[in-house]
Amino acid sequence: MQKTEVSKKIKISFELNNRKINMDVKPSSLLLDILRDELGMKGTKPGCNEGECGACTVLINGNAINSCLYLAVNANGKEITTIEGLVKNDGTLDHVQKAIIDNGAVQCGFCTSGMIMSIKSIENYYLSQNNNVKNKKKPNKEEIKKWLEGNLCRCTGYIKIIDAAEKVLINEE
Amino acid sequence: MLKKRKLNIIGTPVPKHDGKIRVSGQAVYGHDINLTGMLYGAILRTEHPSAIIEKIDISEALKLEGVECIITADDIDVNNISYKRDHPILKKGEVNCIRDEIAAVAATSKEVAQNAIKLIRVEYKIRKGIYDPIEALEESSPQINKFISGKYKNKNTAEVFKYSHGNIEEEKKKSIVNVSRRFTLPRVTHACMGTSNITAHFDKLSGKLVLYSSTQVPFLYQRDMAHALKMNPSDIRIIQPVIGGGFGSKLDMYPFEPICALLSIKTGKPVQIIYSRQEEFIASPTRQPMIIDIACGADKDGNFTYRDIKIIKDNGAYTSWGATTPFVIMQAFSSLYQVKACKFEATAVYTNNVFAGSFRGYGNPQATFALERIIDLLADKLKISKAEIRLKNANYKNEITGQGLHYETCGHIECLEKVISESNFYNKKNTENGRFRKGIGLASMLHVGGGAKIYRSDGCGTTLKIDPYGYCTIITGSNEIGQGSETVLAMIASEELGIELSKIKVINTDTDIKPWDVGVHASRTSFVAGNSLLGAINILKDKLNNKAKQLLNTENSDFIYQNGMIAIENANEALALDKVVREMHFSEPSELAIASYFYEPLSQFQNKEFKGNVSGTYAFASQAIEVKVDTYTGNIEITNVHTAQDVGKVLNPLLLDGQIHGGILQGIGYAISEEMIYEEGKLLNPNFHNYKLLTASDVPNIHFYPIETNDKQGPYGAKGVGEAPLIPTAAAIANAVCDALDIEVLELPLTPERVLKAINFKK
Ligand code: FES
Ligand code: FES
Repeated sequence: MQKTEVSKKIKISFELNNRKINMDVKPSSLLLDILRDELGMKGTKPGCNEGECGACTVLINGNAINSCLYLAVNANGKEITTIEGLVKNDGTLDHVQKAIIDNGAVQCGFCTSGMIMSIKSIENYYLSQNNNVKNKKKPNKEEIKKWLEGNLCRCTGYIKIIDAAEKVLINEE
Repeated sequence: MLKKRKLNIIGTPVPKHDGKIRVSGQAVYGHDINLTGMLYGAILRTEHPSAIIEKIDISEALKLEGVECIITADDIDVNNISYKRDHPILKKGEVNCIRDEIAAVAATSKEVAQNAIKLIRVEYKIRKGIYDPIEALEESSPQINKFISGKYKNKNTAEVFKYSHGNIEEEKKKSIVNVSRRFTLPRVTHACMGTSNITAHFDKLSGKLVLYSSTQVPFLYQRDMAHALKMNPSDIRIIQPVIGGGFGSKLDMYPFEPICALLSIKTGKPVQIIYSRQEEFIASPTRQPMIIDIACGADKDGNFTYRDIKIIKDNGAYTSWGATTPFVIMQAFSSLYQVKACKFEATAVYTNNVFAGSFRGYGNPQATFALERIIDLLADKLKISKAEIRLKNANYKNEITGQGLHYETCGHIECLEKVISESNFYNKKNTENGRFRKGIGLASMLHVGGGAKIYRSDGCGTTLKIDPYGYCTIITGSNEIGQGSETVLAMIASEELGIELSKIKVINTDTDIKPWDVGVHASRTSFVAGNSLLGAINILKDKLNNKAKQLLNTENSDFIYQNGMIAIENANEALALDKVVREMHFSEPSELAIASYFYEPLSQFQNKEFKGNVSGTYAFASQAIEVKVDTYTGNIEITNVHTAQDVGKVLNPLLLDGQIHGGILQGIGYAISEEMIYEEGKLLNPNFHNYKLLTASDVPNIHFYPIETNDKQGPYGAKGVGEAPLIPTAAAIANAVCDALDIEVLELPLTPERVLKAINFKK
C-alpha cells in the first residue's frame, strides 16, 4: 500500500478562549482546520478556504484574521478567540452577539461567526486607540462598512449587520 | 381578568426564534456533522466539457492507504435523476459538461480522498462542444443528451412551453407604437455561504439510509432519492441540519447526493461530501440564462395591446428546474400590467454547458427585466411619462387576467404610487452633463404569494402539542432555511394560544417525524405553513375549550387565551393553560392535547393551456432606483432604492426587512456585478475573487414601504414575500442607467466595461 507522506509535527502552545492548549501540528496545517477538526470549535466556518469570504474569521491577539490562510504553527504563543469564546460561562451572550440578534442581522447564520469576530476586532482597535484618551474616538458608518468589506453575506444585504455594528461601536458607551 | 385585544405578537419585531444558536457557533450545519467512523467522499469530475471517456483506471488510487471505496458508473445499479430522468448519476462513455461526475472515492480522511481522486486516470477523446443554444438547434448539431424521449422534433430540444390569450393580430392593428428587442440574460449562481454538503449513513442491518441533507424539499427529495437508488422511500430518512443559505439551490437533488449514499451503502459506514468553494461554483446549479425576443405594442391612449415573446433557454447538458421557469415567466408576460393579448413560447435547449436550477424568483427577474425595459421604450415612443404609462396599465383588485390569475387583493397601483412619490420621480430629470450622470428607473413585479399548485399537492401538515407544563411544540412539515419561518410559526402559536415565545418549540427537520409538506419554494412557507398551523390551533382550541367549559361549569366557549391562562372575557375565574392540559390528560374522558391539520391552498391546477388561478394569492412590488454613473470608468453607484411591496400584512417587520434587503442586494448583484464567465464550457471565475458578490461597502440606501392589502386567504392577511424583492431590481437599475446615459441596455450585468462600451457606441 502506498502511504501519503506524513510530515514531521511541530509542538505549539497557545491560548484558545482563555484555555491553554498544547498540541502537535503539521507545518502545513491551517488554523481553521485545527480549530474545527482537532479542537472541535465548529463555530468558525469554512466559506471558501481561500481568504475571500471572511466566514472563518477569528481573533488573534484581538485582531481579526482569516483562519483559513493562517498557518497553525504561527499561533504559537498567541491568544486566539473564536465565536465560542464570546459566550460567558453562565450563557450570557457578548453584546455584539446580542446586537446581531436584536437587529435581525442573522439569517442562515453561516457568515455570522465571522461577522461578529470582525466587529469585535473593530471594537478592540478603538479600545486600544482610546486607552487613556479623553475624547474617545469612534468609527463612523462608512468606516464600519470598510472594516466589514472582507466578510461576505448572501442573505441579509448587510444593512442589519451594519446597524448592529453601529449600535455597539457608536451608540453604546 | 382577561380582556380581548388586538394582535399582540403578530406585527411586532420579534428577533429570530433560533437566533442564539446561530450567533454563538452552536448551530450544527452539514459541515459540522461528524459521525463515528465517518469516511470522507470526493468526486472526480471531467476535465473536458465534451468528450468520449475511453478508459478509467482506478488501480493506483485503490492502492492508497485509507481509500475504502471507489465507484464509477460500472459499479452501480441506479436510475437516472432529474424530473426528466435525463441525468445519469455517474457518467458512462461520455461527458457533456464541465461538472460531470466520473468517479467517487470514500476514504478515511479528506486529504486521502483528494489524493485518490488525483490518482484516477481517465483517457478522453475530446469532441467539439456546443455552447450556444441557437447552434444546438441547428440540424447539423449532434444530439447532446441521449436520454430523452424524442417528444420534440428537434433532437436538442428539452422542453417547450406555449401560451396565449387574446387576439394578437387584432391588437397589433390597434397599436400605434410597436417595440421589439432581443435581451440576453447571464448565468449567475446562488453563492450560498455554506457550500453544498451531505452526510449519508446506511445501516446494513436494517437496510435503512439516513441522509443529513440541506435540501429545501425533504419529501420530494426522499422520493427522488428512492427512485435513484431503487429503494423504498420510507427506508430513507432525511434529517436537515442548519442550512447555510438556499435561495432555490436546494430545490432539486443533484448527483453528489446519491453518490454519497452509494458510497455509504458500499462501505456500510457514514460518508460525508462537502464541496469546496471552487466545486460549488463549478458544480452547483445556476440561474437560468435566456435569450428573450420580445415585441410589444400600445394604443394611442397608452394602453398595452399585445406582447409577443420567444425565449430560448440554455438548458445545459441535463435538466433541472431551470427548464420549468416558464411557469413563472409566462405569468409576468401574461399578467403583469393589463395586456389584451399575449403569445409566449419558451424552448429549453440542450448544450454542453452546465444546467440551470431554480433560483429565488424562478425566471421572473429575467422576464421582468425584458418587460420593464420594453415599457420604458414604449413610453419614449409614445412621449408619455414612464410613471404614467405604468399607472395607466397597472393591475387592480379583483382583476382576472388573461391567464386566469385572480387578484382578490392587489397592491400594484399603491406600490407604484408610493415609490413614484417617495422618490420624487417626476422631478428627477437627468440634467447633468459632466462626468457623473444621475438617473432613475422604475419597475414592478408580480409573483405568486400563496404557493403555486404545480405538484399534486401544494399543502403543508402540522401537528401541534401542548404538554402538561404549558409548553407548546409545533411539528411542521415546512423548513427553516434562514428565512425565519420558525420565528413566524412560533409567533402565530404565541398569539393564538397565549403562550410565551420561550415556551414554544418548533420541530421541522426530520422526515420520520414531521408531516408532509411540498418544501420551501414559491415564497410559500409563511402562507401555507402559517395557515396549516392556524388550522391545527383551531382544532386544539376546541379540545381545550371543551375541557375548560367542563372545569368552569359553563356553556360559554368564547375563551380568551393570554399569558398562559384561559378565561371567558371579563370573567373572574381564569384557568392556567397547563392545568387544563393536565386535566385533559388525566381526568375522564382523557385525551391528548394534540391536533393535526393539513392545509391545502384554494388554488387551482392550471389546464393544458396554462390557464387557471394557480396561487392562493399574488404579491406585487414596485421599485424606483436612483443611480449615479461615472462616465469615465463606467462604474454604477446605486444611490437610493425605493421599494414598495404588497405583503398582505406585515407579520414581523424585523424579519421582513431582512428579506427585502437581502433580496435587493442579490438583485443589484444580478444587475451590475455577477456573471459566470465561460470559455468553451469551462468556468473562468470559480471563486469570490473574480465572481463579484457585493460587500458591505456597496449597500445603497434602501427605503422600504410595506403595503398591506390584507388578503383573506393569508394568515392574518399575509402574502409570500421572499422572492419579490429581487425580481424588479435589475430592471429598475437598467432603466435608471438608460435614463442617466440615454443608451440601450440589452444584456446584464452592467459591468463597467459594458457601460463604457454602450457610451462609446452612442457616440
Ligand atoms: S473561509 Fe476563510 S476567508 Fe473564506
Ligand atoms: S446570514 Fe446567511 S450568509 Fe449571512
